Amino acid sequence: MTDASHSPIRPETPTAAGAEILLRALKDQGVDVIFGYPGGSVLPIYDALFNQNAIRHVLVRHEQAAVHAAEGYARSTGRVGVVLVTSGPGATNAVTGLADALLDSIPVVCLTGQVPTHLIGNDAFQEADTTGITRPATKHNYLVKRPEDLARVVHEAFYVARSGRPGPVVIDLPKDILIGKAPYTPPAETPHRSYRPQTQPDSALIARAVAMLKSAKRPMIYTGGGVINAGPAASEALVRFVRTTGFPCTSTLMGLGAFPASDPQFLGMLGMHGTYEANLAMHGCDVMLNIGARFDDRVTGRLNAFSPGSRKIHIDIDPSSINKNVPVELPIVGDAGRALEALLAAWDADAAPVDRPALATWWRQIDAWKGTDCLRFTQPREPGAIIKPQYAIQRLYEITRAVKQDIFITTEVGQHQMWAAQYFKFERPNHWMTSGGLGTMGYGLPAAMGVQIAHPDALVIDIAGEASILMNIQEMGTLSQYRLPVKIFILNNEYMGMVRQWQELLHGSRYSESYSAALPDFVKLADAYNAVGLRAKTVDELDGVIHEMLASDRAVIADIAVDPKENCYPMIPSGAAHNEMILGSESAGGVAGVTDEGKVLV
Amino acid sequence: MANDNMNSFRTATIAVLVDNEPGILARVVGLFSGRGYNIDSLTVAAVEDGGQRSRINIVTSGTEMVIEQIKAQLDRLVPVHRVSDLSKDGPHLAREMMMIKVICPHREGGQNRAEALRLADAFRARVVDASTESFVFEMTGDTAKLDAFVELMRPLGLAEISRTGVAAIARGTRVI
Ligand SMILES: Cc1cc2nc3c(=O)[nH]c(=O)nc-3n(C[C@H](O)[C@H](O)[C@H](O)COP(=O)(O)OP(=O)(O)OC[C@H]3O[C@@H](n4cnc5c(N)ncnc54)[C@H](O)[C@@H]3O)c2cc1C
Ligand SMILES: Cc1ncc(C[n+]2csc(CCOP(=O)(O)OP(=O)(O)O)c2C)c(N)n1
Ligand SMILES: [Mg+2]
Repeated sequence: MTDASHSPIRPETPTAAGAEILLRALKDQGVDVIFGYPGGSVLPIYDALFNQNAIRHVLVRHEQAAVHAAEGYARSTGRVGVVLVTSGPGATNAVTGLADALLDSIPVVCLTGQVPTHLIGNDAFQEADTTGITRPATKHNYLVKRPEDLARVVHEAFYVARSGRPGPVVIDLPKDILIGKAPYTPPAETPHRSYRPQTQPDSALIARAVAMLKSAKRPMIYTGGGVINAGPAASEALVRFVRTTGFPCTSTLMGLGAFPASDPQFLGMLGMHGTYEANLAMHGCDVMLNIGARFDDRVTGRLNAFSPGSRKIHIDIDPSSINKNVPVELPIVGDAGRALEALLAAWDADAAPVDRPALATWWRQIDAWKGTDCLRFTQPREPGAIIKPQYAIQRLYEITRAVKQDIFITTEVGQHQMWAAQYFKFERPNHWMTSGGLGTMGYGLPAAMGVQIAHPDALVIDIAGEASILMNIQEMGTLSQYRLPVKIFILNNEYMGMVRQWQELLHGSRYSESYSAALPDFVKLADAYNAVGLRAKTVDELDGVIHEMLASDRAVIADIAVDPKENCYPMIPSGAAHNEMILGSESAGGVAGVTDEGKVLV
Repeated sequence: MANDNMNSFRTATIAVLVDNEPGILARVVGLFSGRGYNIDSLTVAAVEDGGQRSRINIVTSGTEMVIEQIKAQLDRLVPVHRVSDLSKDGPHLAREMMMIKVICPHREGGQNRAEALRLADAFRARVVDASTESFVFEMTGDTAKLDAFVELMRPLGLAEISRTGVAAIARGTRVI
């Protein structure tokens, strides 16, 4: 730890046990709920929690789930999610969640117990080098070795977690620090000594960006999770900016909801499973404005073929995201919300007109691409027909939309996740939680739990796969204990569908170990956890099950048997370019450059 | 396009001012190994604020794009105060110190001893330890000069090398 003399405020004289000081600091940070699991090294904290009511503790069934729940809480509220786990296995179980939050830029503070300071390094019972193990899985981490550092470190951890590019922060807390007396220090009012991310964009660069955009003949706005991170006002500014410019807009998986999906200027998601029009518009644009997206490989496809003819502007709060994968002409460091406000002001201040005729031509081209109707599918309607997974999501969307509630969607990882992104339309930010960067199966149920805790009256649905859901199925117990009416909507294709799809396309249809054998009876499983179990086997049963699920005020598992052979399209095979997209079996004819043989071989 | 030179390969000497907290070196080294960057040399010592801040000097190499990425990645570490690319921001000095042991016994005629001393003199290496069997030379200079001296000592009985790695600083009034 750094020395306490860094602290601008003199600590008060020791007044209370470390655990009490910890809770006081958490309260001062506005924490109202902690997701956790007890153990020997954190017993003093559990004792302190026992004696108060300001902070609610939600007992999960596995520490990984605690972190995902905190992520769901954070993503749906814009606040920092808080986790409490014990030393050793408690901490190591949390690592997947931390890595997930790191890759998706989710603000989380994770408190880990540790053996007393004098035993650190002795292979003591349940000792793990938690700061060592979590260093590459966190934005930052701390080991508190002196009582006088405790409160300051907690405040600093919250500042680091939520500032700049958000991320997970671990505070490792040796048991003697929790038991011994410690002084309290309130949150510092002076800026952090070294970590001060730039949020205000350079106005000269903003003016240049506007000039570039106004000169464009084929502009494209590409937005990402950074707009969500920047808060709802940033999404609102994005909508105004896109409407002001008249430009087309696409979003990454992580950015969905920042711009309303129903808006005619929205081209849908881009990338590996993005729409035809979004990807071809990215490929063919002449000026690209990236706001809060990181040119991820699922988005760019083959780098040397990515949007080859465009001049690129990249706005990101993290300078390391800029020029990492794709060199850009105009890098702008700053917060997405502030940058969008600055762009709006500079747009009005700049007298140059937009090239309307060129823009009209560009839109005609885009509309022609849209005409491909790349998300089209055919659902056989005769009674007893098997349900297409796309249709299941579409009906879920249509029926829930009519319910007119606050609807939050989480997902697991796989085909169902992509279908959810494609067929569920998000109109507002913070209502879509998915594991994008790490792609963590088992994310969706605990994340939904965290969302439901934060929004007790909202409708929270985990769109799941039958394989992923088993990765954190134990959290059914948490739903039951806290009466959380989370709806789990399983697209049960009896396969690790995404794996099966890759095996079909890339490994000669050798479905090695991707069959979901020996599945539990999900209806009985729901019952065993005091939840409602429902099942739809055929298309005529689907709507009824969805209605019944929504009507229930309890947790529900809806097991929807879907076509096991269905693949997720469109698809840009890894290593291919945007214009080498596979539209799938539904689409007549081939797409630019992809032969039938190519489709099998890629 | 603006970044035609992004693929040119170069060596960079980067100075990083950090809070001197436990784990900071692991953080920096982990960043390099985790992201596959090269470390040609790394030195660290407390330099300021009563030992509260340390300076890390890193010599690395990569394409311009990678080096810019390394700087950005270093800069976003929480305990990092400043990152300066000495090899880009202007003229700078880079020095290492080395102690090198050469075993060249008297009884073998002494030609090697005489030769080692002559070369040491030419390279401004100092004799910091001597026995009838050996010398330890101490030498300061840039990496290339030290490398050259090592090569000259090799046939004369080079036995052991201990080098500090590079410390660097900007020329003139510029500070990190
Ligand atoms: C099976 C599977 C398939 C996938 N397929 C696709 C796909 O087809 N298409 C797709 O898009 N993704 C896909 N993904 C997700 C993909 O892996 C990435 O997670 C995603 O593309 C990254 O989104 P992003 O670029 O918006 O960045 P994020 O990971 O959301 O990062 C946000 C960026 O914004 C910056 N930022 C943060 N806060 C701010 C702020 N306040 N202001 C400005 N900038 C800020 C950050 O520094 C960062 O650079 C898939 C994932 C899985 C698991
Ligand atoms: C923890 C973890 N292990 C393995 C994977 C690799 N993986 C990606 S998708 C997938 C299959 C998911 O199957 P299911 O949940 O049934 O979803 P489907 O694709 O069938 O919709 C696997 C194994 C992963 N993403 N996460
Ligand atoms: Mg499946």
